[in-house]
Amino acid sequence: MNTQSAIAAGKADQAALQEEARHAALRNTMRVQRIQDFIFHKVTLAFAAFVLLVLVGIIVSLAMGAAPAFREFGAGFITTNEWDPINDKFGALIAITGTLVTSLIALAVAFPISFGIALFLTEICPSWLRRPLGTAVELLAGIPSIIYGMWGLFVFAPIFGDHVQPLLKKTLGVLPVIGPLFQGPTMGLGILTAGLILAVMIIPFISSVMRDVFEIVPAVLKESAYGLGCTKWEVVRKVVLPYTRTGVVGGVMLGLGRALGETMAVTFVIGNANELSWSLFAAGNSISSTLANEFAEASSPLHVSSLMALGLILFAITFLVLSAAKLMLAGMSRKEGAK
Amino acid sequence: MNTSLSKSTNGVYRRRLLGHRVGIALSVLAMAIGLGFLAWILFTLLVHGFGALSHTLFTLDTPAPGSEGGIRNAIFGSLLMVGLSTLVSTPVGILAGIYLAEYGQNSKFAAVTRFVTDIMLSAPSIVIGLFVYALYVAKVQHFSGYAGTIALSLIAIPVVVRTTDNMLHLVPNSLLEAAFALGAPRWKVALLVRLRAVKAGVVTGVLLAVARIAGETAPLLFTALNNQFFTADLNQPMANLPVVIYRFAMSPYEDWQSIAWGAALLVTLSVLLLNILSRTAFRQKTPQ
Repeated sequence: MNTQSAIAAGKADQAALQEEARHAALRNTMRVQRIQDFIFHKVTLAFAAFVLLVLVGIIVSLAMGAAPAFREFGAGFITTNEWDPINDKFGALIAITGTLVTSLIALAVAFPISFGIALFLTEICPSWLRRPLGTAVELLAGIPSIIYGMWGLFVFAPIFGDHVQPLLKKTLGVLPVIGPLFQGPTMGLGILTAGLILAVMIIPFISSVMRDVFEIVPAVLKESAYGLGCTKWEVVRKVVLPYTRTGVVGGVMLGLGRALGETMAVTFVIGNANELSWSLFAAGNSISSTLANEFAEASSPLHVSSLMALGLILFAITFLVLSAAKLMLAGMSRKEGAK
Repeated sequence: MNTSLSKSTNGVYRRRLLGHRVGIALSVLAMAIGLGFLAWILFTLLVHGFGALSHTLFTLDTPAPGSEGGIRNAIFGSLLMVGLSTLVSTPVGILAGIYLAEYGQNSKFAAVTRFVTDIMLSAPSIVIGLFVYALYVAKVQHFSGYAGTIALSLIAIPVVVRTTDNMLHLVPNSLLEAAFALGAPRWKVALLVRLRAVKAGVVTGVLLAVARIAGETAPLLFTALNNQFFTADLNQPMANLPVVIYRFAMSPYEDWQSIAWGAALLVTLSVLLLNILSRTAFRQKTPQ
C-alpha cells in the first residue's frame, strides 16, 4: 500500500517535472521567437530608414555643394542670366526659365491628349481592347529617355522644322500678343520641340493617373446621369470630371514633376544655347541639360558649385510639385475609401 | 406653336448630340495620337537599328571614328552594373517594403517613408547622379563602375519598396491569422507566408526596377562616365550602353551614329520586353 502510493507520488512528480520541462522549453522557444521578432523589426526598420536617409543625404550634399555659389552670387544667382564658365560668372535664370517653359508647354499639350486617352480607355473602348491598348500607352513610359532624344533629334526635329514651324510662323506668328513666341529661325531644335517631346513622354503618366481616378467614380452617379438622358460626353464632363477634379490635378502635377526633371531627351533637342529669347523656336537650355552638358567637364570649383546649385533648385522645385501631387492623390484615395 | 417647340428642342438635342460626337471623336483622336507616337518611335528604331545590327556589334569594342567597331564593352558594362544594382536594391527594397506593410499601419515614420519613396520614384534621376558624385566620386577623385552601380541602385530601390508594400497589402488577413494561430512568430509569417503569397507581384516590382535603370543615362554621366576599352574592373570608369548612345548619337560621325542606333534598338527592345514580361508572365493574382 505504502510502496504503491510512493510509486504513484513518484509518477505524479515525474509528470509534474515533465510538464515543468515542457513549459520551460516553450518559454524558451517563445523568448527566442521574441528576440527574433525584435531583430526582424529593427532590421526592416533600418532598411526603411535608409530610404529616408538617402533623401536627407541628397538635400544635404546638394546644399553643401551649392553653398559656395550662393555665397558668391547671393540671390542674384537665380535672377541673373549670365552663364559664363570662362569668366566664372554664373546666373541660373536661363536654365530655370528653360526648365519651366518646356515643362509648361509639355503640360499644355499633354493634358488634353491624356484626358482623351483616359476617357477613351475608361468609357469608350470595348473591354477586350482595354488591356492591350492601355499597356501600349504605358509602354510609352517604358521607352528610355535617351531614345526619345535620338528620335527627336534625327526624326522629329527635321520634320517639325521643315513643315510645322513655318506653318506656325505664318498663322500664329502674325497674331498680336502671342506672335513673337512663334517667330524666328525655324531650325527644328529649340524650346518648343523640347516641350513637345516632353509632352509625349509624360502622356502615359498623366493618363494612367486619370484612368485610375475615373474608375473610382461610383457607377450610381453615372447611371443617374444617363438616366436623366445625358450623353456620354455630358456624363464625363459634368459628372466624372467634377467628381475626380483633385485626382486629375494630382495626375497633372505628377506629369509636371516628371517633365521638370527630364534630362536626356531635352538635352538632345533643346539646342543648348545660353540665351534668353521670346521666341519658342529659339534654342535654349534647361537645368537638367546644362548639368548633363557641363558637369563632367566643369573644372573651376565655382562652376561645379553653380551646377550643384542648379541641381538643388531643380530638386526643390520637383519636390514641391511632386508633394502637391501626392497630397492631392491621397485626398482622392480617401474619397475612394469613403465610397 | 407646337411645331416651333419641337423645332427648338430639336435644336437643343442636335447641339448636344453634336457636342457628344465631337468630344468622342477628339477622345479617339487622342488615343490615336498616343499610339501613333509609340508606333513612330518604334518604327524609327527598327529601321535605323536593324541596319546597324551585325555580329561585330557584339564582338568589338567602341571604336575611334572611322574604324570598325561594336559595343561589346558597353553591353558588358551595362549588364554588370544593372545586374549588381539589382542584387543590391532587391533585398534592400523588399525589406523596407516589408517594414512598411508589417509595422507601418499607424506610424508617422512609415507615413513619411512612404511619402518620400513616392517622391523618389519620380525625382529627377540626374540629381541622384549629382548626389553620388558629391558623396563618392569627388572623394575618390575618379569616375568608376562602383559609383554607377550606387546611382542605379538608389534609383531602383524606391520602385521595389513601393511594389512590395502595395503587393503585401493584397494578402488577406485571414491567411496571416491562420499562421499566427499555429504559433508562428511574426518574422516567419511575414517572410514565409505573407511575402510568399505575393511572390509574383514582388518579382514584377524587381523587373520594373530593372527596366527602369537599364535605360537610365543621366545618373551615369557623372558616375560611371564611359570607357573606350573593355574593362571588368568596377573601380575604373566603365562603358555602358546609354552613355555610349548619348556620345555616339551626338557625334558628327555617321558610323558612330549608326552604332548608336544599333545600341538604342538593343536597349529599347530589352526594356520593353521586361515591361511586357512583368505585366504578363509575372502578373500577381490576388490571393483568395
